[in-house]
Amino acid sequence: MALETTSLNSAGIGADNPAVKARANIFEMTQEAEEAVLRPKDAGPWSHALRAALAARIAVLNGEADLATRYAEGAEEFAPLADPDTDGTGQGLAEVVAFMDKVAADTRNIAAEDISGLRAGGVADADIVRLCELNAFLAYQIRVIAGLRLMKGAFA
Amino acid sequence: MNNVIRKFTRNVPHWQPRVKPVDLQEATEAQLDALKVTPSNTKVSDYVLTLAHDVESLKVRSPLFNAIMYDKGGMSRAERELGALGASMVNHCIYCAAVHAMRHAQLEKSTEVTDKLFRDGAKAELGKRDRAIFDFAVALSECPSQAGPEHVAALKEAGLDEAEVLDLILSASLFGWANRLMHVLGDPVRIDDSGA
Repeated sequence: MALETTSLNSAGIGADNPAVKARANIFEMTQEAEEAVLRPKDAGPWSHALRAALAARIAVLNGEADLATRYAEGAEEFAPLADPDTDGTGQGLAEVVAFMDKVAADTRNIAAEDISGLRAGGVADADIVRLCELNAFLAYQIRVIAGLRLMKGAFA
Repeated sequence: MNNVIRKFTRNVPHWQPRVKPVDLQEATEAQLDALKVTPSNTKVSDYVLTLAHDVESLKVRSPLFNAIMYDKGGMSRAERELGALGASMVNHCIYCAAVHAMRHAQLEKSTEVTDKLFRDGAKAELGKRDRAIFDFAVALSECPSQAGPEHVAALKEAGLDEAEVLDLILSASLFGWANRLMHVLGDPVRIDDSGA
């Protein structure tokens, strides 16, 4: 199976790198996970376009401009949310956007109130879990990309 | 009364969800399949039942997690646990830090490294190789990542080869994921303080 995954492409590292080759299963599963959180069959209230916009936004918060551009391509009407200066009010998503920013960039300070606030705002438990999985996967993918880029520089 | 744990410990707490986990009695077929629930295996943790709300993610996450932490070759299992611990300390995920500090201690048959890290924090005095591994995991776990060429140079100087560096990237990054589920969706608690 050709290993053309988002993380390898974004880091500019070839699937023929011996270390990557030895972990090909992990890169395949990483791509499957991307499908599951960005383009799930059962998206709940968070459409594929909204997920793409939030993914782009989290990439920007992490200084990953190229990945942000890649995700923003699927953001459609939610494209403004890819800019962290947009607070989501215009989309009726201010609470969701603020929560996603905090989980992505200030994880350690997340508290019970952040979850109870979403629940009080009418977000169902299953949909809170969906938001967390999207955010959590991106934290992983973005760091894999950042790490691979450094690895490539050091072992070239 | 339940007490939320706020300090790092190797004594693994109970994880108390902040949302309602999926009720097994009401689980869909897809959820039961992802949970691998069978008539002979009906014990599922609250954490996994919580994640079953997003069944497509759960299904791919578990095998990926196991491959990154346990597949043969590359970096040792104990060192992967140290990568996981570095991330968990940055994100202040008490539960993940406890589980992976405990596993590190078990694999190393020594609590020395994790004792020092929990007592003295990230600046604890560590051996050269552990220092380089822990520092890289910590730097990569910040938002945005603070890991730079100097961190990878330190890893190389400490003797890590490319395959080991890749395993460290994967294990530290994986806990960027795990921490954002464990620490966000639940509280680490002691249910019974009258015990040991």
